[in-house]
Amino acid sequence: MWLLRLAFNSLRNRLSTALLTVSTIALSVALLLGVHMVRNAARESFENTLSGTDLIVGARTGPIDLLLLSVFRLGNADANVSWKSYQKIAHHPDVAWTIPISLGDMHRGFRVLGTNGDYFLHYRFNAGRPLTFERGGPFRDLFDAVVGADVARTMHYEIGTQITLSHGTGEVSFVDHADKPFHIVGILAPTGTPVDRTVHVSLEAISAMHADWQGGTQAPKKFRLTPDEVRARDLTPDSVTAFLVGMRSKVMTFTMQRAINSYREEPLLAILPGVTLTELWNLVGVADTALIIVSAFVVAAGLLGMMTSILAGLNERRREMAILRSVGARAHHVFSLLVAESGLLALAGTLGGVCLCYGLVVATQTFLGTRLGIDIAIRPLGFEDIAILIAVLASALVAGMIPAFRAYRNTLSDGLQLRT
Amino acid sequence: MAEAPAIELDHLRFAWPGGRNLLHVDRLVLKRGERVFLSGPSGSGKSTLLGLVGGVLRPQSGNVRVLGTSLGSLPARRVDRFRGDHIGFVFQSFNLLPYLSVTANVMLPLQFSKVRRERLAGAHPKEEALRLVHALGLADPDILERPVHQLSIGQQQRVAAARALIGRPELLIADEPTSSLDADTRGDFLRLLMTECAQFGTSVLFVSHDRALSDRFDRSVGLSEINRPE
Repeated sequence: MWLLRLAFNSLRNRLSTALLTVSTIALSVALLLGVHMVRNAARESFENTLSGTDLIVGARTGPIDLLLLSVFRLGNADANVSWKSYQKIAHHPDVAWTIPISLGDMHRGFRVLGTNGDYFLHYRFNAGRPLTFERGGPFRDLFDAVVGADVARTMHYEIGTQITLSHGTGEVSFVDHADKPFHIVGILAPTGTPVDRTVHVSLEAISAMHADWQGGTQAPKKFRLTPDEVRARDLTPDSVTAFLVGMRSKVMTFTMQRAINSYREEPLLAILPGVTLTELWNLVGVADTALIIVSAFVVAAGLLGMMTSILAGLNERRREMAILRSVGARAHHVFSLLVAESGLLALAGTLGGVCLCYGLVVATQTFLGTRLGIDIAIRPLGFEDIAILIAVLASALVAGMIPAFRAYRNTLSDGLQLRT
Repeated sequence: MAEAPAIELDHLRFAWPGGRNLLHVDRLVLKRGERVFLSGPSGSGKSTLLGLVGGVLRPQSGNVRVLGTSLGSLPARRVDRFRGDHIGFVFQSFNLLPYLSVTANVMLPLQFSKVRRERLAGAHPKEEALRLVHALGLADPDILERPVHQLSIGQQQRVAAARALIGRPELLIADEPTSSLDADTRGDFLRLLMTECAQFGTSVLFVSHDRALSDRFDRSVGLSEINRPE
């Protein structure tokens, strides 16, 4: 305790060097802790992209492909689920609700998703949060559209704005459904999920847009249907791209999954979204493991910097050590003093790093939440965070032993007095 | 054991590595409570002799006994502890820690030596520090909490002496402690130091080239008289 106070006083005597060392450590610790927090938050946000859904069903493909398509709206479906099969599963007594999803069109780089009113009732994300409307409400008319928060923000859309959808999923489309414009009737609140970047219309609207299409090409102008002619038609879709399923009882999920996967009439695939989300994260998570490793190296560099500055200062402090020895400090006291010094620097640096990290999180919380969809909550340090901090402190003490040993050897050879 | 001499040198030989035989002292004894002035020109080996008595240096042959303990028979670690417990040092350069206050500097030896702490016999370390500093002529209480670099050279030397004497070590070793002081301060400082040592029976080995100081001591020894280097 007494040596700690002596070390503290000695450090205070070299305040500017000590402060530089502390800031180096604080910055590196803040980086490591920050990366760790953002990584956890990103993982949670990612796994919270969809919740409450028990099964995702689509035509037979890879589980990750189906997840990417249905939840992240990435990629294209090779095959669809027939309307008949969808109806059969949707009306199964164990099924509580379904949300059909029909993809294939774009609007200025945003995916267009055909669905029905159940989407706004049953879709859940982030541990059960439902979709809410910032303005307006669900689509009612055939040519109504509901846009996600990002779509509205980047395109400056308001309720009543008229938009045109494009055929196909390329970034730039040359074929517009210009003859059948849509009106925006609802704008969803931000979710931090792909919903924000989606234009929602009804399944019937998807059929209507393609009612006068034959084999993937639009009919010549004189054969095209006007919006009013389309309304008169039967717009029940032939198929959907995929659908989300909520079960009445979770226990039945696996039975249902097996039944769908062995469905005879067409090849279907049912996946558990939680499991597949984790699989997908493990694929993309390699990048952030690399980031953690890089930050760990930054901390190591910070500690090496501390060691260097203590070592460099030792020569000027030979006199200080000789004085201590002449008043009765034994060599091990000198060793402990130097280790205590490293400990104090690292402790101050670590505490500074924690404060800095929380400061940064508070400062960027809104940005991370609304722009990147990473909900980062201000919460006390977790077990892993504390383990990281303890590891930093322990490494600092080990690093501190090197200059301490050097000082110990110096004191033995210098004796009690330096002639300066 | 209680009446073993404070210092007893016996057929001591010492040479720096590669150098000629610098010290060859057949016999030197300091009785308990004796205050001895050791004189000699610069470079005659005075400080080396003090290093041997303090156990910082080890002789090539011969024996150094301090308070009856043969330093040569102790491992280096025990010598360090022994020195911290029983010997106070004052040097020509005052060697105060710049980042501690006057009282904290004076109390330093107590932090490292349990023996010296116990010798306070219940007195609070700070009170003892104040008493010593006062006895050595630093009367101004304002000075005590000041950082040492704000003190004059004469004041710093009093602080260093108080530090050497706190916890009543049996032996005080002083190496040219007055050579940075002017004549007036020197006499005054020496008088107070000797009074304090006499009061507690502290043995003193005082080394200086300035023979004018020798009349304050029980005995004066010229290093050239006892040292017969080959």
